[in-house]
Amino acid sequence: MRFLLVEDNDALAASVADRLRLDGHAVDRAATLGAAADCLRATGYDLILLDIMLPDGDGRDFLQAHRAARRDTPVIVTTARAAVAERIDMLDLGADDYLTKPFDFAELEARCRAVLRRRGGAAQTVQTFPGFTFDPLTATLTIDGEPRELRNRELRLLEVLLAAPERIFSKSQLCDRLFSFAEPVTDNAIEVYVGRLRKKLEGSGARIETLRGVGYRLLLA
Amino acid sequence: MRSAALSLRQRLMLQLLVIAAVLAVLLYLTVRTVAGRAAEATQDGILGAATIAIAEQLRGSEAGVSVDIPYSAFSILGSISEDRIFYRIDVAGQTLTGYDDLPLPPKPPQGQAPVYYTSDYKQAEVRISAVSRPVLVANRVEPVLVMVGQTRLGQAAIAAQVAKVAAGLGIGFFAIALVLSLVSARSVLRPIDLLAAAVGRRGPRDLRSVEHPTPKELRPLVVSLNGFIARLRAALSRTETFIAEAAHHIRTPLATVRTQTEIALRQSEDEATRRTLRAVIRAVEESSRSAGQLLDHATVIYRAERLADEALDLAGVVRGVTEALRPTAELKDIALRLDAPGPVPVRGDRMLLESAVRNLLDNAVKYSPDDSEIGIAVRAEGARATLRVQDRGRGLGGKAKADLAERFHRGGNVADVVGSGLGLTIVEEVATAHGGSFDLSDREGGGTCALFTLPLR
Repeated sequence: MRFLLVEDNDALAASVADRLRLDGHAVDRAATLGAAADCLRATGYDLILLDIMLPDGDGRDFLQAHRAARRDTPVIVTTARAAVAERIDMLDLGADDYLTKPFDFAELEARCRAVLRRRGGAAQTVQTFPGFTFDPLTATLTIDGEPRELRNRELRLLEVLLAAPERIFSKSQLCDRLFSFAEPVTDNAIEVYVGRLRKKLEGSGARIETLRGVGYRLLLA
Repeated sequence: MRSAALSLRQRLMLQLLVIAAVLAVLLYLTVRTVAGRAAEATQDGILGAATIAIAEQLRGSEAGVSVDIPYSAFSILGSISEDRIFYRIDVAGQTLTGYDDLPLPPKPPQGQAPVYYTSDYKQAEVRISAVSRPVLVANRVEPVLVMVGQTRLGQAAIAAQVAKVAAGLGIGFFAIALVLSLVSARSVLRPIDLLAAAVGRRGPRDLRSVEHPTPKELRPLVVSLNGFIARLRAALSRTETFIAEAAHHIRTPLATVRTQTEIALRQSEDEATRRTLRAVIRAVEESSRSAGQLLDHATVIYRAERLADEALDLAGVVRGVTEALRPTAELKDIALRLDAPGPVPVRGDRMLLESAVRNLLDNAVKYSPDDSEIGIAVRAEGARATLRVQDRGRGLGGKAKADLAERFHRGGNVADVVGSGLGLTIVEEVATAHGGSFDLSDREGGGTCALFTLPLR
């Protein structure tokens, strides 16, 4: 996905951009509302991540102008300010969602997905692989014309594996992607989800291989 | 101390009544004195006329002085009352006729005009008029003193009568003054009452300045009151700004740390390093959560003081928060089942209610196991709006709700989950501020049931 990141704190903007690129997203950074407007004139984005305290104005002004210009790029507001009041405000002004800093990137991704899904996002998210198609937005796996719904962790696991087929992922790498860092998990917890995903992938020709003591990899048909 | 305890109305009434009483007594005394004087003057006039009438009849001759007393003079006197009448005529110090022991005037009268004096005579007070006339006797001018006296019983009776009337007048005056004092005290104090009522009617959040029309004397008070309100407003808005700023300055660097740690974690293969990085993220999570909840809690306390009173739909509020938390819950494959069949009208502060509901749901998500379900039900039951949040988490672990809702107190079975121990405190405080209640119980089959109620609108 292509993100526009509107954030004036350099250190934070740089690390968020790096982190998003790590997941394969394209990110443009704007430190001011003016720069953000320039970016939006130059190209289109799938999603805007908007900080609300900016040197040349308030994110609210941006939201209002954005909606007034009838641009429909979804906006997720990120703020370090407290509380629900802000959230109510932002949603009233037309933000699609709201995240409090610091945020969990798994949560950011989940929220992006939810926003795009709500927006009735396009069919171009459907990815075709030998033996199956995969729509991460609706969390559907289609094998032989038969749709199979994926639960959230199955979905995320499949996304990680599909990003690099045949690459070996260690259990703990996969755990990092599936479980919150805030809760301790044993690496074995991943086995449950690998097992479930294997079941969902049955009949597609793709399979998840266990490399004892090393990890897992996805082999496409 | 005692005078400070008297109300303005009492002070005003007391002063007006003291003034009225003094005036009533003065009125009484004045009427009495004037009437007494008038009665005395009347008696003096008649006495004087009688004395002069007798003096007119004095005749001098070689043999001496003769007088033909005109009894009509006495009849004038007698017509007034039952008073006794005395007279005495002295020629050159010798009593010619009448009562020779009738007291003489203190000073011999000069000229034509009679002198009047009061004296005791025959066990009564007697008013006497005396006049002196020169009479020619055997070629010598002899001074003849004519005195006419009368007891003062009639005058005393008139005085008593007048006193009665004067007393009546005084009491009447006092009674009228009493009524007028009440009326005027009320009318003078009315602007104060109106101002007090106008200020008292204000809601706790109403920080507009007082614009109520007030008399000039109350202006300084209203001006200082408005100054005070303005300062309070400024202080409150500074608090609000401070809370927001504090949050910003705490969370922005935390966000950077968290993000960079995640990146490092993704790129690191070494197990020991990864453990350390996880611990860093956990710590960041913990401090940002604590900071968030401390600030939320500060906001709750600050807003609960001046509660907004909006008409709200609790079901709508819960729906909004549920939708907002759904992606977070989905990360753990937790399903949120919202059961809100219709609008549930309540009154309150939308921000506070959202905060409470968010904390409740957040807690449920946090403590629920993966792959579980959280039931959220909003209902109008009798006079209460109820919100039930039921999870399959670890339950209360034998702790009482009162303990768990206490500030910074966490359950004994939650050491592995990040939390500040303020979430339930916020829920409890919001419920209390809205006249509602909050309770936690163990759910049958495992888990917790949280019950949050508010009065229905």
